[in-house]
Amino acid sequence: MHPLVRRIQETFAAEIAHSTEWRDDVAVTVTRDKLHDVAQFLHDDPGMDFDYIIHVSSVDWPDEEERFEVVWEFYSIRKRQRIRLKTRVPESDCVVDSLTDIWKGADFMEREVYDMMGIRFRNHPDLRRILMPDDYTEGYPLRKDFPLRGKGWRDTFDFLDEVPR
Amino acid sequence: MGLIQLGRHDKDGSPDVITTTIEKAVNWARKGSLWPMTFGLACCAIEMIAAVSSRYDMDRFGAGVFRASPRQSDLMIVAGTVCRRMAPVIRKIYDQMPEPKYVIAMGSCATSGNIYDSYSVVQGVDRFVPVDIYVPGCPPTPEALFDGVLKLQERIMQKRVFVSQPDQVKAAVVKV
Repeated sequence: MHPLVRRIQETFAAEIAHSTEWRDDVAVTVTRDKLHDVAQFLHDDPGMDFDYIIHVSSVDWPDEEERFEVVWEFYSIRKRQRIRLKTRVPESDCVVDSLTDIWKGADFMEREVYDMMGIRFRNHPDLRRILMPDDYTEGYPLRKDFPLRGKGWRDTFDFLDEVPR
Repeated sequence: MGLIQLGRHDKDGSPDVITTTIEKAVNWARKGSLWPMTFGLACCAIEMIAAVSSRYDMDRFGAGVFRASPRQSDLMIVAGTVCRRMAPVIRKIYDQMPEPKYVIAMGSCATSGNIYDSYSVVQGVDRFVPVDIYVPGCPPTPEALFDGVLKLQERIMQKRVFVSQPDQVKAAVVKV
């Protein structure tokens, strides 16, 4: 077992759903309610020292019970180590704790996940769409059940006058 | 155009006077002084930038003075993928350009959306601005862009200046 995973499991025995290790790539899946505590531990613990949040992303598994998966990538600049943190979110209750109070850099990336996948982040300071316009109403484009060509928005040019072609 | 020889030039004896129509003279002045506006949206912009560089020298065709303001330019080269969110901005900038104005759709994306048949990519700028010349390529080389500029210049020479413009040109101007 990877020393990082062992260290986390010593502190949070029950909350670790499972962990994978593939070619030195360490990923830890935690339950949703303990996510913030684990993240705080990753940031504060001197052995962990993950001071840099690389990325926040999300995965849609349309056939599974807990449909969405939110993925965080962390890096420790001093210790030069990486870890990937995951948690699952059901479609009916699409909320997960925001980590912006620990890493300020999570702000825009969490907004992107909200914009594209529709997962809301609790206690986020400014949870608005970031890529799509604020008045976009077609839904969340990266969900698997979203049509590839959208729902007509790309071909609607409401700023044009009625011009004969 | 015709030449009338009234006297002889001091040095080489070439004729001094040219006869032509005002329309041709105006068109000639317009085609030789195209001021493009930088509208790089993606990788095509890199080729557009290269076209102005000393190696290719777009200034040879009188189209090398790129401006950052639509009010100082009469040719919009839309170079790159046009996202739907960018569309009102492009239209607004197009409307701010003084007449006469021309549009070159540079590259497959600006022409048709290229492979990006997705929810956010407009399937060609001609959906919301009138396009004069389409330059194919992904991205087009500077030479291909020059071909587009030269074709546009040919087209400018055919325009009627002192008669009312055809309907499709008028329709492109947004009614306020």
